[in-house]
Amino acid sequence: MLGLNHYLVLAALLFCIGFIGAVAKRNAIAVLMGVELMLNGVNLNLVAFDRFGNHAEPLGQAFAVFIVAVAAAEVAVALAMILTLYRKRGNTNVDDLEGLKW
Amino acid sequence: MVNAAIALVLAPLAAFILIAFMTRRTEALSAMVGIVAAAASLVLSIGLLVGVLADPAGAHESIKWLSIPAIGHFRGLEISMGVLVDPLSATMCVIVSLVAFLVMIYSLGYMKGDPGFSRYYAYLSLFAFSMLGLVVADNYFQTFSFWELVGLCSYLLIGFWFEKKSAADASRKAFITNRWADFGFMVGVLLLFQLFGSFDFTELSTVIPLAKGGAMLPLIAALIFIGPLGKSAQFPFHVWLPDAMEGPTPVSALIHAATMVAAGVYLIARGFILFASVPAVMEGMAYIGGFTALFAASIALVQKDIKRILAYSTLSQLGYMFMALGVGSMSAGMFHLTTHAFFKALLFLGAGSVIHATGEQDIFKMGGLGKKMRITAWAFTIGALALSGIFPLAGFWSKDEILLASLRSGHVGLYVLGLGVAFMTAFYMFRLIFTAFGGASTEGLRAHESGPAMAIPLLVLAALSVVAGLIGSPWFERAFGFSFGSFIFFGEGEKSRLDLTTAAISSLVAVGGIGLAWIMYGKKLIKAERVAAAFGPAYRLLDHKFYIDEIYGWIFARVMLAGGRAFDWIDHKVIDGLFDGLGAATRATGRKLRLTQSGRLQGYALVIFGAVAIAALALSTDLLGGLLK
Repeated sequence: MLGLNHYLVLAALLFCIGFIGAVAKRNAIAVLMGVELMLNGVNLNLVAFDRFGNHAEPLGQAFAVFIVAVAAAEVAVALAMILTLYRKRGNTNVDDLEGLKW
Repeated sequence: MVNAAIALVLAPLAAFILIAFMTRRTEALSAMVGIVAAAASLVLSIGLLVGVLADPAGAHESIKWLSIPAIGHFRGLEISMGVLVDPLSATMCVIVSLVAFLVMIYSLGYMKGDPGFSRYYAYLSLFAFSMLGLVVADNYFQTFSFWELVGLCSYLLIGFWFEKKSAADASRKAFITNRWADFGFMVGVLLLFQLFGSFDFTELSTVIPLAKGGAMLPLIAALIFIGPLGKSAQFPFHVWLPDAMEGPTPVSALIHAATMVAAGVYLIARGFILFASVPAVMEGMAYIGGFTALFAASIALVQKDIKRILAYSTLSQLGYMFMALGVGSMSAGMFHLTTHAFFKALLFLGAGSVIHATGEQDIFKMGGLGKKMRITAWAFTIGALALSGIFPLAGFWSKDEILLASLRSGHVGLYVLGLGVAFMTAFYMFRLIFTAFGGASTEGLRAHESGPAMAIPLLVLAALSVVAGLIGSPWFERAFGFSFGSFIFFGEGEKSRLDLTTAAISSLVAVGGIGLAWIMYGKKLIKAERVAAAFGPAYRLLDHKFYIDEIYGWIFARVMLAGGRAFDWIDHKVIDGLFDGLGAATRATGRKLRLTQSGRLQGYALVIFGAVAIAALALSTDLLGGLLK
């Protein structure tokens, strides 16, 4: 029987894989994918707590739906930015984005 | 009584505001406003004096102006604004408003056609307000405020023709010299409050006699005494007054002869209880006064500028007043202040009349003016006789009071010194008269009698110079049952007396001075040039006013500038170095720290995540079974 812990461990794994992708990848699209994985890890946490907790209202699920919607919008914006970046520079390497440096 | 006093102070202020903001363009109206206000003050002052004559207790009323409650160690501060009407202030009010009124009328003629005509009347009104406010003030704080205001008016009026460099310089000199002295006054007043917790004259007069011993009281008295030294231009603060003659002559008459310079004497009389309780300060006052009297009179002997002779004479007469106060006779000091206000204003206005007519200030370029300007010449001679102390003119009575007071208090040295000054006074005044008014007319000198606006004030003041002294005479006391000495006094009222011996001696001395002047300048039996040559070094010393200005110039140019350079070095090297060092240290730290900002977002994300992870772990130590404990 699958319990809450299984879901939480899976969510933590997803989050960490996503985090490593977001921090370590050089390709902007891969970084974006990592961020998506992190968001989904969080979503899984929310849904799991909602399912296994004793809640009168499905608040966790409502949050998850919101995050999915916001993530979709975020991806749209981010991909547009990456596309512009690619047109301007010919690649999508995040190491080249040092405009914030002193 | 109190309302009248307030009204007589505020009337000139209203005139000042009106002139400054409304009638500036129409000169005749400005003069009218100023004169009407001064007349109103004069009428109210006379009313006040009559009221005080009937009831010498006078009136006193004050309101709290600023009140800060005591907090902890801070003992609180209460400053009140009030009006104190007593014989002293009522008499002074009449002197101030009378001279102000006459000077304003006189100025109609003297200042006619001046581009700053309205401004002149505005300043005069402001001065009248400040001076009257100073006179009726009931506490040291208020006195100090008005004290500064009269100083400001003096500055503005000395520098009235500010486009002239000498006038602008003189006004600054007056202001700065007074600033030094006023600093002493201010510190004294603050210490006084520290010691007694009050600024109020009436309150202090009951508290001070009970204060016994201690070094504080002499220190306070000495510090406050510095204020009058500056304002009344006593040695060593006298340097500003002769230069103040750069202002219009009526201003010299009003401010620098009759009223403002007498404010120092007035202040001492007002707070006499304070000074009287410190014998050392009183002795110092008497000797500084006596010294200034002799010192200034000796300089006046050789001056050539008509206004400067009068200025040094004013210094010398103020010295007399200080001497009188110093030997403990407030009556004699105030009496001389009163009579001096009249005859010195008269002399200055007379000099103004001469300057207006001839455009000349050097008496040796004048001559024979007596025939061309009869009224002025007569008025001037009356003033000079009064100043020399010839019986029965005003100066005779008041100067004798002073000489008598110094003799009776055992200061024989000061008495002899006073006699010497009386001799010099008579000499330099009649040197002036015989040179400027007597003798043959100088060729090419055009002169004419002044118009009625200038002649009438001269006549009024001449009349006052004749009779004003009688209020301190024994005959007046016999006729009316009181006299100046029993009206304004400290301690016990003084009876008017005429000591025939001293009167005869001082009259002889004065006549002797006049006689010598007549021999030297009237008949020219002794050539003045030969006397000057015979006493070469002494003459040069006097001609250069004892080189005091040069000494001060040296002190300021050398000592002060050297001090300034030292402080400049400290400021630039030490203090600036400190702050420049702080700045440099900050920049160096920043240069190192900015290397941590790589600009790589992923690096930042790692740091943020790490920080959140540490925070989460720290917050959840209980859940994790005390992992971090």
